[in-house]
Amino acid sequence: MQIIQEALAGTLESSDLFVRVSPSEGALELILNSEVQNQFGDQIKKVVEATLAKLGVSEGATVIIEDKGALDCVIEARVEAALLRAAGDKSVDWESMS
Amino acid sequence: MDKNNQSAPGRSETVAEPELFQGFAAKNPYLADPVAKLDRKLVDTVQEAVRRVGLKDGMTISFHHAYREGDKVINMVVAILADMGFKDLTLASSSLVSANAPLIEHIRNGVIRKIYTSGMRGKLADAISHGLMDEPITVHSHGGRCALIETGEINIDVAFIGVSACDAYGNANGFSGRSRCGSLGYAMVDAHFAKSVIMLTEEIVAYPNAPASIRQDQVDWIVQVDEVGDPAKISVGAARATTNPRELLIARLSAEVMEYGGYFNDGFSMQTGTGGSSTATVRFLEERMRHLDIKAAWALGGQTGGMVDLHNKGLIGTLLDTQSFDAVAARSLESSPNHVEISAHYYASPMSKGAVVDRLDMVILSALEIDLDFNVNVLTGSDGVMRGASGGHCDTAAGAKLSIVTAPLIRSRIPTVVKKVTTRVTPGETIGVLVTDHGIAVNPNRPDVEERLRAANLPVRSIEELYQRAISITGEPKPIEFLDKVVGVVRYRDGTVIDTVRQVAK
Amino acid sequence: MTLRRSMLFIPGSNAAMISTAFVFKPDSVMFDLEDAVSLREKDAARLLVYHTLKSSLYDGIERVVRINPLSTPFGRDDLEAAVRGGADVIRLPKTETADDVKELEACVEELERKCGREVGSTLLMAAIESASGVINSVAIANASKRLMGIAVAGFDYVVDMQTERGDGSELFYARCAVLHAARAAKIDAFDVVYSDINNEEGFLKEVDVIKRLGFNGKSLINPRQIELLHNAYAPTQEDVDYANRVVAAAAKAEADGLGVISLNGKMIDAPIVDSAKRVLSRAQASGVRR
Repeated sequence: MQIIQEALAGTLESSDLFVRVSPSEGALELILNSEVQNQFGDQIKKVVEATLAKLGVSEGATVIIEDKGALDCVIEARVEAALLRAAGDKSVDWESMS
Repeated sequence: MDKNNQSAPGRSETVAEPELFQGFAAKNPYLADPVAKLDRKLVDTVQEAVRRVGLKDGMTISFHHAYREGDKVINMVVAILADMGFKDLTLASSSLVSANAPLIEHIRNGVIRKIYTSGMRGKLADAISHGLMDEPITVHSHGGRCALIETGEINIDVAFIGVSACDAYGNANGFSGRSRCGSLGYAMVDAHFAKSVIMLTEEIVAYPNAPASIRQDQVDWIVQVDEVGDPAKISVGAARATTNPRELLIARLSAEVMEYGGYFNDGFSMQTGTGGSSTATVRFLEERMRHLDIKAAWALGGQTGGMVDLHNKGLIGTLLDTQSFDAVAARSLESSPNHVEISAHYYASPMSKGAVVDRLDMVILSALEIDLDFNVNVLTGSDGVMRGASGGHCDTAAGAKLSIVTAPLIRSRIPTVVKKVTTRVTPGETIGVLVTDHGIAVNPNRPDVEERLRAANLPVRSIEELYQRAISITGEPKPIEFLDKVVGVVRYRDGTVIDTVRQVAK
Repeated sequence: MTLRRSMLFIPGSNAAMISTAFVFKPDSVMFDLEDAVSLREKDAARLLVYHTLKSSLYDGIERVVRINPLSTPFGRDDLEAAVRGGADVIRLPKTETADDVKELEACVEELERKCGREVGSTLLMAAIESASGVINSVAIANASKRLMGIAVAGFDYVVDMQTERGDGSELFYARCAVLHAARAAKIDAFDVVYSDINNEEGFLKEVDVIKRLGFNGKSLINPRQIELLHNAYAPTQEDVDYANRVVAAAAKAEADGLGVISLNGKMIDAPIVDSAKRVLSRAQASGVRR
């Protein structure tokens, strides 16, 4: 998936997360801030990276995440929403989602 | 001399020869001065009062925290002492709050070397958790503080007591003047045990200022200051019942546990806490009290408008009050003969000849964490940083027939039920029931209570089930990383060390 | 016998509510992709609901998804997310005719085949929100075997009727018509939301009316209403005692091989036994009325 424009998804409310994706040169950059960093930082990173891999985003993007204690299902949904918006394509390839 | 008197306790074997009479004012010269006789305790500045009591480096100073976040005395006095060049003081405040962040500088500069407190929050707590002090702070409960004072570990040289108003002899209560904090329950202990008492007051009122919570025979010096505290900041938004559906769910379950736990009989006693959730619990309970025609003989603790309301409706006989959490409670303390001010010593001290907590039927308590053995942490947050207070938690849990801890199972993504608490403040053996939004767990040492709650069809689970439920939603949290340095020592109410708090890694 | 007293609306874009609302234990939750979600958040809400359905957060609670009408640009994507996510029920808004339901059924079946879900495992419900929907409610209620119930939805309906929400008289005909259509088709019937969340007394009054009419339950917009509703639907202790005697008498009659059930000398027929079973299942779900 090609990141062609800046896009946002999610909110800064409790139990949600805010994702900003923008196109960039070169390697994929992931910046993750979480209010539950100590306990769940590794787990959140794992979920985000798996989601990026699932949508085939491996370079040419900067992903900035501000997590407010979101559960895994919320993290996945918000990252996907931001990536799809940043790719300029809101139609979901459901076959690849599960 | 009579033989019998010779062996009387406290008599020394060799009695010094008594002095000869030198005139009525020889020993008390102010009696000969008509002005000094009446005004001799009034001094112009805190500095002057401090000089007169003979404060020295290394001594212990104390404060009360009845104004909580609105307190103006602690920061002001410590800044003055720093200016005067004092070093190595021990600060023994009944508690500390977020507003005490300016103390960081005085700790850094060596003005304060040791701290005793019930708790701490905000930047001060953060700095201390990150290793600000050379000596660990001591965290005690309200009752435990009295015990440390009685055994002499906390040896208060000078108590600084902020009040809204007092007369020229130092008679003070919490409901005269303009900044009324209500009960002076914490300050009463300091006034009784301190070697010297300096009273800071916003106003000098006509003599006698009665009733006197702090009495003239306890007060050395009086200084008038601009302000001692802002009562509006004692509690922020605690009095109104919550409309948060999750808090209401917990409140309703808590009220049901109180109803069916076995102690909901006419003439029962309770302490319910002060948050919006507690206020809602009381509201649910009121409905059941009316329905079943059951009245409470008395209620204890920090008092709020919600409890005063039940008192005024005749549903609670007597309110015993160590701390008034809002203006309604402060007014009631003044006006209702059965709203009674009590000291922290009378409230909760294990060394008191009678502590009210020992007679409690039920208490509702909070928790930051509770573990599989029902141990409770009310001190350190999920990041390992201190952000709470011991308060009366372990005192009431130890005394009450049934202690009920209420908490959401998950806060943000952080589970409240954990394998082992980060910091043990209250031992699990004194906790009866945990109420969460995912169900109720009963301590296995209370099979009687479990049987009653199950019979009432309440959602009883094991605490392991609640733990599993939590991590099935959040995932398993990684333990917090600590360094070796101990930054806090948690004392149980009897003075023993129940846990330590170590410096957080980041 | 599935209890469907409470159907809690959860805006599909609200992460905080989605992450906590299961603690309130409604009989059903309805993740809303329609009116509660703004146009620019439709895509994100759809993904959030999809991943929530895939998680185990709402295990033990019936999961309904309200999709946008199939005539909108969002309807088919919503449906795909819901069916693939494993929703128990699809709620179709603004149902006007039996054909609306048939169209939905065909789409659902196609999706079930595509994603390997058992064909027929996705149930449907239809919300009736207009005068023509009410008129057609009998046909709508009979339009699909997948239909588990129909609901009256008040907001759009009163606008269509050129009136406004009031004491309930404005809904009198719609409630009766939809309820009769449901009962004749042997499916469930759900009443409108009560939006004045701080008015407990008004809510309970309305619950009393719709319960007497015969509705299975109500759509709810605030979790605080769940306990009130369940308690209002809970039988009294006397009801439970009587129901227990009826069920025991029925069991005894069956054991004795008797065709006729009698209790205290009175004959009991099958509908009374069914009603007694309903009473007991409500009592089991939330105790006796307090």
